[in-house]
Amino acid sequence: MTALSPIQVVEKARNGKKITGKQIINYLFDDFTELHGDRLGSDDGAIIGGLATFHGRAVTVITTERGSTLPDKIAKHFGCPMPGGYRKAVRLAEQAGKFKRPILCFVNTAGAFPSKDAEEGGQGEAIAQSIFKIGQIPVPIITVIYGEGGSGGALALACGDEVWMLNYSTYSILSPEGFASILWKDASKADEAAKVMQMTPAALLKRQIIEGIIDENEEEYQVTCQNIDRVLWSRLSKLQKLTSEELIAKRQMRYRKF
Amino acid sequence: MKLYEQNNTLSERHVKADKRADAKIPDRMWIKCPYCCDTLFAKQLTEYAVCPNCDYGFRITARQRVSWLTDDFVEFDSDLQTKDPLNFPGYQEKINNLQAVTNLNDAVLTGEATINTTKFALGIMDPTFIMGSLGTVAGEKITRLFEYATAQDETVVMYTASGGARMQEGILSLMQMAKISQAIANHNTAGLLYIVVLTDPTTGGVTASFAMDGDIILAEPHALIGFAGRRVIEQTIHEKLPKDTQSSENLLKHGFIDAIIKRQEEKEKLEWLIKVGGGRNDCA
Repeated sequence: MTALSPIQVVEKARNGKKITGKQIINYLFDDFTELHGDRLGSDDGAIIGGLATFHGRAVTVITTERGSTLPDKIAKHFGCPMPGGYRKAVRLAEQAGKFKRPILCFVNTAGAFPSKDAEEGGQGEAIAQSIFKIGQIPVPIITVIYGEGGSGGALALACGDEVWMLNYSTYSILSPEGFASILWKDASKADEAAKVMQMTPAALLKRQIIEGIIDENEEEYQVTCQNIDRVLWSRLSKLQKLTSEELIAKRQMRYRKF
Repeated sequence: MKLYEQNNTLSERHVKADKRADAKIPDRMWIKCPYCCDTLFAKQLTEYAVCPNCDYGFRITARQRVSWLTDDFVEFDSDLQTKDPLNFPGYQEKINNLQAVTNLNDAVLTGEATINTTKFALGIMDPTFIMGSLGTVAGEKITRLFEYATAQDETVVMYTASGGARMQEGILSLMQMAKISQAIANHNTAGLLYIVVLTDPTTGGVTASFAMDGDIILAEPHALIGFAGRRVIEQTIHEKLPKDTQSSENLLKHGFIDAIIKRQEEKEKLEWLIKVGGGRNDCA
């Protein structure tokens, strides 16, 4: 693999032909059952959650979802969750805690959706509660970022024990365009921003923001899924040996070092 | 050429006249309230820096706030320095300049405060320090504040004022949100009270973490409080966002804060809340 420039990684992470959350779920779990709704009045399609077995073990699965057809994409805000999406994730994660099920999250979002409804629905509060509550659930929580990991909207689903990234994915505080526009008043300097921001998997691994990188096969998504499966199963097997107390202590250490 | 010089001289004369006029009026004698647009005589704002017409609280430094809010204050962690994790051009210099101006090491002032005899852990974000943005130093100071309060069995009061995460420190700024949330969780598990006072402006990653984790969340009148920036929202939905959408009053209406509080009443109210809301009714 020849080394890509950071902006090339950004472009690949945003590629429309990118592996989808649904493809990952369908490949990894043959019995995934979707569980809808936040029980507070909404069911945001930009986050899909449910119950499945993984290597014979019950798990809770949560993924962001960008939609397939254009109307579907619009309805799901191109994978940018509304507050109800995060509240659904928290509800399912707490349920996982109750039944001692590990939680597997898959993230590809430019960030939480910015709109009047999102603001009045408490977007900030929903993300805050997601980070706060999911971060305390004493079951193994592993997140795989498989495209864009955009800001607090991604962190809300990446606040558990381990975070892994596909090699063509990004994780950052905001888009390189936004970064360039805020700091240099020039959105066209995105490639320079991508370099400075250290948002590629390799740069993030060096800083211990993530635990590791998973090989992505751009031609055959099934191969990528096999790689994800292998990593998740091996990591989960290790994390499951820890007691709840050990798990939470280790998780707190993970964030305390930043 | 001659005509040009004349013009130039004329305009220069105007500038000079303006400068002389400016010098005769004391600095910021008249101030316009950014919320109600009333023109105010600066002295009307009093030490609290509030608009007498609409109760809007002007953006003030953390040290100004601590002076009227507390009877005693012992500062923590004033020596922490950023490691400039992205080696961002010009960042260290900017920090150095601001440290000299604000007498703060970063965008938050933390310490142990006393009101009458009530002791509590107090954090105040400073909107004059890179718009109160949350970076590694502010994140560490807030985390340590919660750890101290947990160890000492004390209430935490956080005054938020922030544009969000500190861009110049990249992903590490984002990680502060998770780090602080873990520290709040431990404080919460210990059965201790956490009060937030949202001030103008509280946005972005701060709204999406510790600003919305309080047991009790108060806000100052007409403060801008939101998650996404106005420009980002308007560019996404292609329409203008109504002026008051991201305001204390609208948050109260939608159930996201407990109450709106005037600055002059904060000291007394906080003391009461800490005593009544933070004291445990231990049953025998």
